[in-house]
Amino acid sequence: MTQAEIKLCSLLLQEHFGEIVDKIGTHLIQAGSQPLRMITHDTGMSPDQVKKALCVLIQHNLVTYQLQKRGFVEYEAQCDRVLRILRYPRYIYTAKTLYSDTGELIVEELLLNGKMAMSAVVQKVADRLTETMEDGKTMDYSEVSNTFVRLADTHFIQRCPLVPEASGPSDAPPPPAPTLVVNEMEMYMVPKLNLVGKGKRRHSCDDDGNDEPKTKKQKQDTDSKETSSEIVRTMLRMSEVTTSSSAPSTQPLSSNEIFRSLPTGYNISKQVLDQYLTLLADDPLEFVGKHGESGGGMFVINLYKALTSLATATLESVVQERFGSRCARIFRLLLQKKHLEQKQVEDFAMIPAKEAKDMLYKMLSENIVSLQEIPKTPDHAPSRTFYLYTVKTLAFARMLLHRCYKSVANLIERRQYETKENKRLLEKSQRVEAILASMQATGAEEAQLQEIEEMITAPERQQLESLKRNVNKIDASENQVDETIFILESYIDSTVKRI
Amino acid sequence: MAGRGGRGRGRGHMTFNVEAVGIGKGEALPPPTLQPSPLFPPLDYKAVPLQMGEEVDYMLALKQELRGAMKNLPYFIKPVAPKKDVERYSDKYQMSGPIENAIDWNPDWRQLPRELKIRVRKLRKERATVVIPKRKQQLPADKEETIKKLETLEKKEEEVTSEEEEKEGEEEEGKEEEGEEYDEEEYEEETDYIMSYFDNGEDFGADSDDNMDEAIY
Repeated sequence: MTQAEIKLCSLLLQEHFGEIVDKIGTHLIQAGSQPLRMITHDTGMSPDQVKKALCVLIQHNLVTYQLQKRGFVEYEAQCDRVLRILRYPRYIYTAKTLYSDTGELIVEELLLNGKMAMSAVVQKVADRLTETMEDGKTMDYSEVSNTFVRLADTHFIQRCPLVPEASGPSDAPPPPAPTLVVNEMEMYMVPKLNLVGKGKRRHSCDDDGNDEPKTKKQKQDTDSKETSSEIVRTMLRMSEVTTSSSAPSTQPLSSNEIFRSLPTGYNISKQVLDQYLTLLADDPLEFVGKHGESGGGMFVINLYKALTSLATATLESVVQERFGSRCARIFRLLLQKKHLEQKQVEDFAMIPAKEAKDMLYKMLSENIVSLQEIPKTPDHAPSRTFYLYTVKTLAFARMLLHRCYKSVANLIERRQYETKENKRLLEKSQRVEAILASMQATGAEEAQLQEIEEMITAPERQQLESLKRNVNKIDASENQVDETIFILESYIDSTVKRI
Repeated sequence: MAGRGGRGRGRGHMTFNVEAVGIGKGEALPPPTLQPSPLFPPLDYKAVPLQMGEEVDYMLALKQELRGAMKNLPYFIKPVAPKKDVERYSDKYQMSGPIENAIDWNPDWRQLPRELKIRVRKLRKERATVVIPKRKQQLPADKEETIKKLETLEKKEEEVTSEEEEKEGEEEEGKEEEGEEYDEEEYEEETDYIMSYFDNGEDFGADSDDNMDEAIY
């Protein structure tokens, strides 16, 4: 865990769960696996507070525990789970686009509560939807349940590991901590609940299985042709459930299957589909690859190659925006030709020698390009050695990822600072709004409302406006940086060898 | 050794052929760095504007709502509010906001280690250790029954309260169900006064004037 990651985790925990949870969570991330006594001792907080914080963290799947052989329990924090908190809005939005408002609310409830029983989720979501509907209409539980089942089928939500059934004698004392068992078969099974009812304001149900949300990779096709992007999207959708999130490529799909699964709006003939597939397979970007000839041609999507292309495009764009289009040209040249000498760079890029030199050194000092020595003689004499410039994409990607974490941490800190500076003003405006709302509810006169509104002076109003604008801008930036983090993390993960 | 004599004279000699890297003869190198780089280095190229659009705005709204909602959930553990000025007698009988050591929500205890459960004595610590043995001996059977009847009548749908558990002499699991009103009846707190006696007027007027129908004097 780098310092930047730890800092960012700490800020996220503090914003979403408060300072106590932040302190304990950060300590666990830094210290590794620890039992309760040590955590209490090291952080210096009261044992009750530590217990409360750990309950919250475990509930939200940010900390796991394990029963050690000697009979005590050790707790371990998952740093990358904490960083995912940045991505929650995107999860909710994705659920909304695919499963409409019901899906959106289900995912939101699960994200807010960490783990929930299906009955509780369905009931809460139905109530919330009923409140937004017109008077007299209510949301049926069955509709919400159906959406829930669909979310589980496409692996958006997942069942929590359960305690295995007690097989020993029942009078044996229960262990200090249950050993949770993940049943692969049951991960996406939904309990058969007979939930009859409609959304109401208050209701109560009994518990059953538990669920937790899981990530879904949002794939973006960079191809501008609409049909070919639609084809790739279809292939991805078909492979959703069959491909694990770390697979190098999807399962092979035959051209006939793809043809059958195309969305109903698209009426292209089989030959046209075949032509598109062949074109895609021959494309230098290598997103789609041909795997065999059966079934009209078997095609796969090369996830790793796709990720590499996406990451490289991100890196190029960063170089262009930071150093200018000429540097970007040199960068792309080096990516293409792998290793080049100083002289060759000048020639190929068609940039005058002095400027090319300058740009190369600038990029070298920022570690974007690196030097590779190739000695001609065994004594590595400098006058008889080639010095080649090259781009190490993986190293550059890691560096950029680290910078992204730092940026988000800075953004959050700046936003908190801005909010703190104007705290007094914000509180005042909140109070005024509350008074206004209550007065309007009891039907006050126009003049009185005007008077209350004038409690906030014009320059104060301006200050509030600019504060709101800044906070929105910073929040939007955090979301955008998170997108880059997603691409880079996926790319780096794909290069890590799996045993 | 020989190289040290050449310090200051000319540029200095490197171990490799400087021309290969591109520094020509007689060219001036950039000055050495004598201080850490500035905190906000000047930007050569201004940053690209943020993405715009419906999707971005919606996600922004989601993010801010999420943050606000999390602050109000029971998972957000607020630090203990520091005591104001002097300790007062009535503090003992006042509802101290959220019960300090309990969790406000109900996790599935089957899935959590036992050590994380917090035992809360709903009534004061000092009294609990004294009261339990006393109550066991002193309360005659009929008084217990009456009290039990009263309790079941009043709190039909609520869970087991501390009173009943105290009688058994066991430790309690102190979690309040939502909707359970804190009992302000006398016998709960063993004072002769009802709880509103101990209101020191701090809350008066602090509540927003929601009901403007009643005149406030």
